[in-house]
Amino acid sequence: MNTASPGHALAFPERAVTVLGGEPDEKTLRRYLHGIPGVDAVGLEQRAAGLGTRSIKTTSKAWALDRIIALIDLTTLEGADTPGKVRSLVSKALRPDASDPTTPRVAAVCVYGDMVPHAVRALGAAHGDPDDGLVSVAAVATAFPSGRASLAIKLADTAEAVADGADEIDMVIDRGAFLAGRYSEVFDQIAQVKQACRKPDGSFASLKVILETGELNTYDNVRRASWLSILAGGDFIKTSTGKVSPAATLPVTLLMLEVVRDWHRLTGEKIGVKPAGGIRTSKDAIKYLVTVAETVGEEWLQPHLFRFGASSLLNDVLLQRQKVRTGHYSGADYVTID
Amino acid sequence: MSFLEYAPAPESTALLHLREHYGLFIDGRFVEGRGTPFATISPATQQHIATIDTASAEDIDDAIAAARRAFEHTWSSMRGSDRGKYLYRIARLVQERARELAVAESLDNGKPIKESRDVDVPLVAAWFFYYAGWADKLDYAGLGANPRALGVAGQVIPWNFPLLMLAWKIAPALAAGNTVVIKPAETTSLTALLFAEILQQAELPPGVVNIVTGAGETGAALLGHPGIDKIAFTGSTAVGRAIAKQAAGTGKKLTLELGGKAANIVFDDAPIDQAIEGIVNGIFFNQGHVCCAGSRLLVQESIHDEVVERLKARLSTLRMGDPLDKNTDIGAINSRAQLDRITALAQVGEEEGAQRWSAECEIPESGFWYAPTIFTNVSTSDRIAREEIFGPVLSVLSFRTPAEAIAKANNTPYGLSAGIWSDKGSRILAVADKLRAGVIWANTFNRFDPASPFGGYKESGYGREGGRQGLAAYLDAAGSAPRHDYAAVARALAAGPADAPTTETSAAPRQPAAKTAGRKNTGGKK
Repeated sequence: MNTASPGHALAFPERAVTVLGGEPDEKTLRRYLHGIPGVDAVGLEQRAAGLGTRSIKTTSKAWALDRIIALIDLTTLEGADTPGKVRSLVSKALRPDASDPTTPRVAAVCVYGDMVPHAVRALGAAHGDPDDGLVSVAAVATAFPSGRASLAIKLADTAEAVADGADEIDMVIDRGAFLAGRYSEVFDQIAQVKQACRKPDGSFASLKVILETGELNTYDNVRRASWLSILAGGDFIKTSTGKVSPAATLPVTLLMLEVVRDWHRLTGEKIGVKPAGGIRTSKDAIKYLVTVAETVGEEWLQPHLFRFGASSLLNDVLLQRQKVRTGHYSGADYVTID
Repeated sequence: MSFLEYAPAPESTALLHLREHYGLFIDGRFVEGRGTPFATISPATQQHIATIDTASAEDIDDAIAAARRAFEHTWSSMRGSDRGKYLYRIARLVQERARELAVAESLDNGKPIKESRDVDVPLVAAWFFYYAGWADKLDYAGLGANPRALGVAGQVIPWNFPLLMLAWKIAPALAAGNTVVIKPAETTSLTALLFAEILQQAELPPGVVNIVTGAGETGAALLGHPGIDKIAFTGSTAVGRAIAKQAAGTGKKLTLELGGKAANIVFDDAPIDQAIEGIVNGIFFNQGHVCCAGSRLLVQESIHDEVVERLKARLSTLRMGDPLDKNTDIGAINSRAQLDRITALAQVGEEEGAQRWSAECEIPESGFWYAPTIFTNVSTSDRIAREEIFGPVLSVLSFRTPAEAIAKANNTPYGLSAGIWSDKGSRILAVADKLRAGVIWANTFNRFDPASPFGGYKESGYGREGGRQGLAAYLDAAGSAPRHDYAAVARALAAGPADAPTTETSAAPRQPAAKTAGRKNTGGKK
């Protein structure tokens, strides 16, 4: 395996070697992942439900709504996507609410790889780090959503998107290999995709690893896949492609946040989490903010550590935001379709 | 601005229409008590809520007489299916008025609204629904065909789950055909009196349920009264012991649900994040005012430090404050007396050499508060590992082998509940088999269901509440002799305490009430 560029914050796969206490081969990975404490499904869901009962009102709600917008990866992942559709998406990302210029921008637009040049062109000068008030471009790669392609194609898919200007790569893991217990195969793929994220200037596109939790089926699997993805060099762990049901759920996201919290405790490194798919209302999104804040801490509520993968969520947040501002509800015709 | 400092989200008290003064509920009506009235306050603010009458000995006589009339003339002869209808009606009314009851409970008791709203009140309704179903199926209660109701039940309940304990007592008693005189705790009578309004709404026949308020003396007068056939008490072991002494030889059937010092056993293969939640829920639920609270944490030595570290991190996120705020996790201690007791015992813990850690909480200026506290380095002989603290204080002990865990868990005079955390099903079953506790939770804690019997071993009391077993506590098998000769009691009462007949009048073994006719005020104090 190749080594990371010196000075990169997430030195991989050294971190795997350090944490695992050996080379990340099949045996070591299996021993490590199966040594992680189990997850009690009833207890996990109960805790998630408890967090979901928090009552976020007035000033807290206003803050939460703005923050949700700033954490959204505004997404279009349809076979019928066109450059025009992507331009429209970018325009919405930059000015979510035409009636209120104080509305924050979203964190990124998330598109298929071939749409990256169109997104970059449409963003123009506004393309950049969300921390600077700019909007990033995220591309799904590695034969999204199924991941059923050879490694060479997955790497080429990734490299092309990065070369076209993608700042973030949303890759899928090989669920078939994972469920069959071939952990080192999954590990190697993630590690190599991470290498393919290297930009000409030596920096790396941020790598979000999609676990597709709806196909992993058990919480124990989700926990192992989370550890595996982080060990292999993922900057973010992401729940779902949005193409499989169930997509993101609060218990699954809570579980992944617990892994991220434990990783931070172990190594001091901060890994991001991205629930994607199925979060459509402000009310649901606020539950996620609460879960993040009470599990890993409030500092995680920033674009480099937490994202929502969503498309219809934004309009509901805008409606709620208008309600907070004006005191009354408007309607679907007062926010733009994208 | 910090997001985690959630903006206040208080539940409105506007839907509460409390009276300034509450009397006793006897024979279907509110009547004035003849004792000295007392005030009930909100433990979170020490603000006055209402004045409540105290039942005198005469009031107790009236209540029991009303219950006896209702038993003889209506309730015991009513068809079971009709009794069930009343219970269903009560359950539905509790659901309809759930929000109001939850607000009143949190106001009067100090428990967080999320608990009264999501746990207490839904369980109250569940208990009535469950026993409503039993009312016409008593033949299947395990006592053979046509079991017979006992008569009048005298019930005294504690302040930790005021309305829920009332439901645990009243629902099975009524389903089985008994009538009831119940005394809520003096610091938390409010919801019982709102419940009386529900009984009026449900048009329950007068006298079937009577609610008398007052302090420990009132409770002693009720339970010592010769006119009752059944004693059901939930509270401290000391008072329970006094009640058992007093009831000995009277023929009154007795159910006691007393204290506890439950062990919560965490093995090294436990689902760790859920175990932490379970430990928190086990001891900090309802400010630790839970008789079955997991107050002794037994952790396998190999994960002791990790568990303690994770526990501290989790406790630091608990939110203490206004019980009516929907985001409050830890409410107020119920009374000054209880706060003093917790403080004193925690002090003893420190003196005995245990290491104390308390979550950093902003303590409100008024009201009674105690920050969530854990003690590490606790030995089995320390008082904080032996005595029931009944507050948000956890003692952490360690063990090495399952055998040691079982020995330590059982090494207590109590035996109400226990918890086991392990991913290994066979170990859970093997350990549960050897624990001497009435309720054992596996990979969870403090979960209640009306279908599941609840009760203790040893000094935690006897008798079971809930489920079919809970019904048997209010029934006699068909063919057994009548429990009570009411006429003899009436004569004894008319004769007055001074002339109370003692041994000579009670030739028949099933007329024991006359023996204690003159000893009305000799119960234990709360």
